[in-house]
Amino acid sequence: MSTFKQHSVLPGFNLALGFTILYLSLIVLIPLSAVFIRTAELTWSEFWATATSPRVLASYRLTFGASFAAALTNAVFGLLVAWVLVRYHFPGKRIVDALIDLPFALPTAVAGIALTALYAGNGWIGQLLEPLGIKVAFTPIGVYVALTFIGLPFVVRTVQPVLEDIETELEEAAAMLGASQLQTFLRIIFPTIFPALLTGFALAFARAIGEYGSVIFIAGNMPMISEITPLLIITKLEQYDFAGATAIAVVMLTISFILLLIINLLQWWSRRRNA
Amino acid sequence: MSIEIRHLSKQFGTFAALRDINLKIHSGELLALLGPSGSGKTTLLRVIAGLETADSGQVLFNNEDATSQHIRDRQVGFVFQHYALFRNMTIFENVAFGLRVRPRQNRLKDQEIHERVTNLLKLVQLDWLANRYPHQLSGGQRQRIALARALAVEPKVLLLDEPFGALDAKVRKELRTWLRRLHDDMHITSIFVTHDQEEALEVSDRVVVMNEGRIEQVGTPDEVYERPANPFVYEFLGHVNLFHGRVHQGRAWIGDVAIDAPEHAEAENLAAVAYVRPHDIEVDRAINGESALSAHVVHILSVGPVVRLELAHQDNQNKSLIQVEISKERFRDLQLVKGDQVFIKPRRLDLFPHQLH
Repeated sequence: MSTFKQHSVLPGFNLALGFTILYLSLIVLIPLSAVFIRTAELTWSEFWATATSPRVLASYRLTFGASFAAALTNAVFGLLVAWVLVRYHFPGKRIVDALIDLPFALPTAVAGIALTALYAGNGWIGQLLEPLGIKVAFTPIGVYVALTFIGLPFVVRTVQPVLEDIETELEEAAAMLGASQLQTFLRIIFPTIFPALLTGFALAFARAIGEYGSVIFIAGNMPMISEITPLLIITKLEQYDFAGATAIAVVMLTISFILLLIINLLQWWSRRRNA
Repeated sequence: MSIEIRHLSKQFGTFAALRDINLKIHSGELLALLGPSGSGKTTLLRVIAGLETADSGQVLFNNEDATSQHIRDRQVGFVFQHYALFRNMTIFENVAFGLRVRPRQNRLKDQEIHERVTNLLKLVQLDWLANRYPHQLSGGQRQRIALARALAVEPKVLLLDEPFGALDAKVRKELRTWLRRLHDDMHITSIFVTHDQEEALEVSDRVVVMNEGRIEQVGTPDEVYERPANPFVYEFLGHVNLFHGRVHQGRAWIGDVAIDAPEHAEAENLAAVAYVRPHDIEVDRAINGESALSAHVVHILSVGPVVRLELAHQDNQNKSLIQVEISKERFRDLQLVKGDQVFIKPRRLDLFPHQLH
C-alpha cells in the first residue's frame, strides 16, 4: 500500500506531478545545479578562501542584515497599509491601492536612481537629513531603504485578502464578551492573519536578498561597508572568475534556502495551530 | 432584567429599518422577534445589544437608560447566526474568552475559570470537545458552543440572532426544544430573532410580529395565531385562505354563503376580505341545510395524520386554490378522489372590511 499516491476524484495526478517536476527542473533545479557544478571546479580550500574572505563576509552581513531589517519593517508597515486599505473608506483609495503595486512594475534601476536622487546630500530628503548627521545614500542605510521600497507590495498583497475575509461578527462577538479593541486585535485578528503576514515577510525577505538593480545606485558600493553580495558576484564575473562567483552564489543559495525553509516550517506550524 | 424600548427609530440611508418601536420585555421572558427579511427585527436586536445605535429613542435596562452605554457595560450575551467562533482558539478557550479578557482586578483565578468553563461545556453537553477547534465541529455543536461562550460572562440578557438559521431541519428542531429547556432552567431574559413562524410559536413565551420596521402585533403564540390583529399577521403566521366578499349588518357574504359576523354589526354593505385557516373549512359531498360554496378537488396530499386538499372554486376571482385540512377519518368517510365535486363552508373566519388586496 502506498500512502504517497492517493486516489482522488480528480484525474491526472501522475501527469500533473510529472509536469510539475519537469517544470521545476527546467526552470529552477537545473540552472541551480549548474551553479554547484561550476563551483566544484574549485578545491575545498580555494572554495573556503573565496567564500569566507573578509570582504565577502562583510557583504553577507549587509545583504542578509539589511534584507531582514527591510522585511521586518515591511511586515509592520505593510500590515498597517493593508489594514487601512481594507478597513477604511477614503477618497482616492483606489489610487493608493494601485500605487502599492508600483514597486513590482518599476524597473529596479529606475527605483535606484530615484531613491539616490532623493536621499543624496543635495536631494529633497537628503538635504533635510544631512544637518541631523544622518547620511542615507551611499551607506548601509541606503541599502535598507531600497530593499524596503521593493519589498512593500509582498506584505500588503498577502495580508490584504486574509484581512478582508475576517468577519466583522468576530470582532462584535469579542466586544460583546467584554474585550477591548486592543485585546480583540491581539487575541483574534493578529493570530488569524499571522500566517499570511509570515508569508509576506518571507517573500519580501527573499526578494531583498536577490535584489541588485535598485541597490547598486544608492549603496555607493564601498568594500566592507556598503557592498552587497550580488554585486560581489557581478564583480567576480566581470573579472572572468566564474568559479569564484559561483562559490559565493552557492553560499548565498544555501543560507537563503535554510532561512526560507525555517520560515516555511514556522508558517506550517502556525497554520496548523490556527487551522 | 427587564427591558423597555421607547420610540426607537433607525434609518439606513433612505431605508427606514425601525419606525417608532415601543416594547416592554419582562424579566425572565423568552421573546421571539418574528418577521420577514427586511422587517427590522435584526436591527432591533442589534440596537438592544449596542452593536447599532438608533437615530432616536431609548433602550432601558431595569428602568435605567442604557442608550449611551458601551457594549461592554451592558452585560448582554449575543449569539450570532453564523456562530462567530474564534477559529484560532480551542473550544475551551472560546468559552473562556470572556473571562480571560476581564481587567486584572476582577479576573477570576485560572482554577475558577477552568471550573466555570467545564460546567458550561457540560451544560451544553459538549465537554468532550474541549480541546477541539471550531472547524472540527458540526453546525449544531458550534452553535451550542457559541451559546456557552455567551453565557460564560453571566449576562443579564441573552440575545440570539437567527440562532438556528444556518442549520438543517432536524438539528433546528432539536436545538429549539433544547433552548426552551435551557431557558426554563436559567430564567435569563432572552430575545431571539427568527423568520420561521413555527420556531417562534413553538419556543417563545411571547411573539413580536414585525413588518417594515413596525410592530404588527405582540402576544402569546396562541394569541397571535388564533387572533391575528391584521391581515399581515394572518398571512405571515401559517397557511390561510382568502375570500373576497361583503359584510352587512353582522352577516358576512362570500358568494351565496352567509356567515354570522356579530363583531361587524354596524357594517353597511362593505367590501371585506375573509381569512380562513385550512383546518377551519368544512368539506361535504352534498349541501346539508344552508348554502355552501361549490368546488372540485385538484390535489390530495394524504401523508401523515392530516390530509391536505387543494380545491378549485368556480367563481374565485384570483384563481388561487383553496387549502383545506381534514382528518384522516373524515377523508376516509368522504372517499374523495381527484376531480370530485365538494361543498365547502368556513367554520370560522376573520373579516377585515376594506382591506382589499
